[in-house]
Amino acid sequence: MPTLTRPPAATGSPVRRTSPRRTGRRGAYKGLLFALPFLVGFLLTYVLPIVYAFNESLHEKKGTGLGFGPTRVVFTGFANFASVLTDNAFWASMLRTLFFGAAQIAVMLGISLVLALLLDGVAARAVRFFRAGLLIPYVIPTVVSALMWLFLYSPTGSPIIDLANRAGTDIEFFGGLNTYLSLGNLLTWQGIGFNMILISASLQALPRELYEAARLDGAREWRIAWSVKVPNITGILVLTGMFSLIGRLQLFAEPLLLRQIAPESINTDFTPMMEIYDKAFKTGNYQYAAAESLVLAVVTGILAFVFYHVTNRKMS
Amino acid sequence: MTGDVMNRAVKAGRARVPGRTPKAPRAGEASRGGVRPTRRAVALTTGLLVVFLVYSLAPTWFLLVSATKNQTDLYSTFGLLFSANHLGDNLQQIASYHDGVFLRWIGNSVLYSTLGAAGSTLISLAAGYGLAKYDYRGRGALFALVVGASLLPSTLLAFPLYLVFAEMGLTNTIWSVLIPYFINPFGVYLGKVYADSSVPTELMEAARIDGAGELRIFFAVALRLMRTGGVTIFMLDFINIWNNFFLPLFMLNGERSFPVTLGLFSWLQQAQTARDMNTLVLTGSLLSIIPLAVLMFTLQKYWRSGILMGSLK
Repeated sequence: MPTLTRPPAATGSPVRRTSPRRTGRRGAYKGLLFALPFLVGFLLTYVLPIVYAFNESLHEKKGTGLGFGPTRVVFTGFANFASVLTDNAFWASMLRTLFFGAAQIAVMLGISLVLALLLDGVAARAVRFFRAGLLIPYVIPTVVSALMWLFLYSPTGSPIIDLANRAGTDIEFFGGLNTYLSLGNLLTWQGIGFNMILISASLQALPRELYEAARLDGAREWRIAWSVKVPNITGILVLTGMFSLIGRLQLFAEPLLLRQIAPESINTDFTPMMEIYDKAFKTGNYQYAAAESLVLAVVTGILAFVFYHVTNRKMS
Repeated sequence: MTGDVMNRAVKAGRARVPGRTPKAPRAGEASRGGVRPTRRAVALTTGLLVVFLVYSLAPTWFLLVSATKNQTDLYSTFGLLFSANHLGDNLQQIASYHDGVFLRWIGNSVLYSTLGAAGSTLISLAAGYGLAKYDYRGRGALFALVVGASLLPSTLLAFPLYLVFAEMGLTNTIWSVLIPYFINPFGVYLGKVYADSSVPTELMEAARIDGAGELRIFFAVALRLMRTGGVTIFMLDFINIWNNFFLPLFMLNGERSFPVTLGLFSWLQQAQTARDMNTLVLTGSLLSIIPLAVLMFTLQKYWRSGILMGSLK
């Protein structure tokens, strides 16, 4: 790096200090000053919203008189939280998202792992070609991916349904289990390329001696892959899987878009975030939506905390 | 949302593989002296990869083909094959629809992504640099906060954030989306990693002896050294912001302030009642991919050199 060999940029300054300032205690608060913009922003975008939403969720909108006339907001204590905690639809959406997410992530990581191992076995030039192609879905914005699959799933004009009809069968993309398969396919399609790259990177970070010996012993490639490479990267697979699951709990855009053509199969409370969005902006019940947001945040926080500790223990 | 998942995935990868090797030792060279893969194994490997390649590319191919069709052909011809080319008409239609609102959306996306990513990169590098290079009280707590917050998806607090911004009268302004983009705990974490690895403390000492103030050292020396890290943070932010749908959906409600993701969604909703919107949605989707693809392609070299530098350290 050329910058390193250049004399420090500040040489123009005429004053030369005889005693250098220490990086230690004195003047160290300046380090905190560098973090100040971040800290102020953090207060504004993380701390304040939580406090504000908490206060909001302690209130309820009540109609004056007989349900007509203007509404006013009154303090109701933990009533909203009590309703959220016993709201079966809300918890159902939470469990639905978690179970669906776990299954979908397992499939996605499985495919990514297979692809990464396969890439380990082809010539370098081909690797570059395949990697670029497989990474294309990652470059495509979430909304556009969902749109593309939405058209591929839609009853009119879909080439998949066209082909199926020509073969004399019919495909239903929504309803019952099919809804989950269709949504899962969309999410898997988006994720396999990128996860493959991550897994490839950790495969390459493995010390060669690990499988050189097995290779000299005449072990077959698939055998080496299964018995040497895979066990050595299960750590990162578990880690990636768990944090993907936290992300999945916030699932929103994809089901919301697919809902446009399958409103009977994907309800407004399909995922917790969809439910919050619906309560806030369709029903207009800000107070309840605030309580739901906080409960979801707490659940997410607990999951993140547990996962973090589980993996830390595993790694050390 | 996927952006977040990716983000977290990057995190996982970064955290465990700090200095990954830029290029893989490939099986071709590696298997010398071992068992040569049989022809059948090679065919099977390549075959499977091709299947997944087709899977990855087919929907995009479908989008490309669809963008060249008119409304009738969209429903009457096979989706994966071209028919009469109407791309010109579609582009014209998109450019003129609602006084060129689509171009405005693209412009908004460029604006939000550029400003958001630039702000976030600067704030993250500064905070990361402070964390890495100074020893002050509360530094450990701050770092724990950064790591903890970066484990949480950014969408998590979208609604509470909306409540606060609505109270402050910020909703439906550019600040309602920019301010949350500026604050990116994962960026701070990356900033610390880059400051640790690319800013030598001796160099800072030398600059101090020369009489440079701390701010000057940061802007004139450290920022330059962390350039590659800065580009990486900028790119990750830019991609995330370009893809973001959630925050603008909550914060913005005037059509002309939408980024392209939200705009396409509003067209999709209209398309459910008016079928002739479909060509607009498909052509618009194709167009919205292009800026991001161009950015990733042109900055690829920079990014690759960043990974290379990381591995040398």
